[in-house]
Amino acid sequence: MAKAKLTFDTEKCKGCELCVTFCPKKILVLDSETNAKGYYPVTVTDIDECIACGTCAIMCPDSIITVEKE
Amino acid sequence: MAVVYKKSPALTDAPLSFCPGCTHGIIHKLVAENLVELGVFDRAVGVAPVGCAALSDYFFACDMYVAAHGRAPAVATGQKRVHPDNFVFTYQGDGDLASIGTAEVVHAAHRGEKISTIFVNNAIYGMTGGQMAPTTLVGQKASTAPYGRSEEHCGKPIRIAEMIATIEGAKFVERVSTDTPANVRKAKKAIRRAFECQIQGKGYALVEVLSTCPTNWGYTPAGAMTWLQENMIPYYPLGNFKDFE
Repeated sequence: MAKAKLTFDTEKCKGCELCVTFCPKKILVLDSETNAKGYYPVTVTDIDECIACGTCAIMCPDSIITVEKE
Repeated sequence: MAVVYKKSPALTDAPLSFCPGCTHGIIHKLVAENLVELGVFDRAVGVAPVGCAALSDYFFACDMYVAAHGRAPAVATGQKRVHPDNFVFTYQGDGDLASIGTAEVVHAAHRGEKISTIFVNNAIYGMTGGQMAPTTLVGQKASTAPYGRSEEHCGKPIRIAEMIATIEGAKFVERVSTDTPANVRKAKKAIRRAFECQIQGKGYALVEVLSTCPTNWGYTPAGAMTWLQENMIPYYPLGNFKDFE
C-alpha cells in the first residue's frame, strides 16, 4: 500500500523534466502519450517508492504536482 | 491524507505562458506562497515589468499593474504612498530592471520606498528573442552577440545586488538561485525576509534571483540549471548583502 499520493494536472504539464531530474528516488518519467498541447506529461513509475518529500512539486515551474502522504 | 505540497491559492488557474523549464514559474510560486504565509495576500498589489513576466498579472491572483518598461518601482512608489496599508511588490527581469529601469530602481532604493523588488536575472532578454542584456556574461552567446559578449566592446555584466546594497535606503538585499531544490528553499526564505522588511516598515528590499532561460541559452531545462551553476554563480555570488535588525 502506497504511503504517498501524487496528483498531476497533466494538461498543464510542459514535459520540462525538472521533476524527473530532481526526484531523489528516480521514480518519475515522461508518459508515452501526449497531452492536448502536444507535450509528453510526467507520470510516476512506482508510487510505493515515493517518500513524499515534495521535491518534484517544489521544482515544478507550472505547479502541476500535488503531493500527499499518510 | 495530509497535503505536503499543493499549488498556492495566490496563483490563478491560468496556464503559465513561460517556456517549458523556465524558472520564472518557480519564482512565481515562491512569491505567491510568501504572500499567503505572511497574511498579506488580501492587500497585496504587484507591479509586473515588460518582458517575459509582463503577463504575470494573469498568474498572480492579487491586484496587479503592468508598468511601462523599467518603471515598475515608480508605479509601486505611487501605489504605496497613496495606499500605505497595501503590500506592494515589483517583479522585474534583468532586461527591465538592469537596463532601461536602472534609474528607477536606484532612486526607489535611495528614497527608501517601503516596497519589495523581486529581480529575476537570467542574463539575457528572453521575450524579445535572446538579445544581449547588461547582465549577459562575458563570452556568453546571444542573438546580438553571436560570437559571445566582448568585454572590450560591451564591458562586464552589471551586478545589481551589490550596487543596490551600497544605497542607504535599501535595508535588505540578497542574491539567491533556483538551480537546486535546496537553493529554491533558500530563495523562498530570502523573499520572506524581504517581504518582512516592508511589513515592518524598515525600507526598501531587493532579492536578486538567478534564473534560467533554456530556450534562449540553447540548453535543456536540466542542462540550463548546470550552466547556471557553472557560469552564473561564480560571477554572481549568492548570499546576503544587507539585512535589517
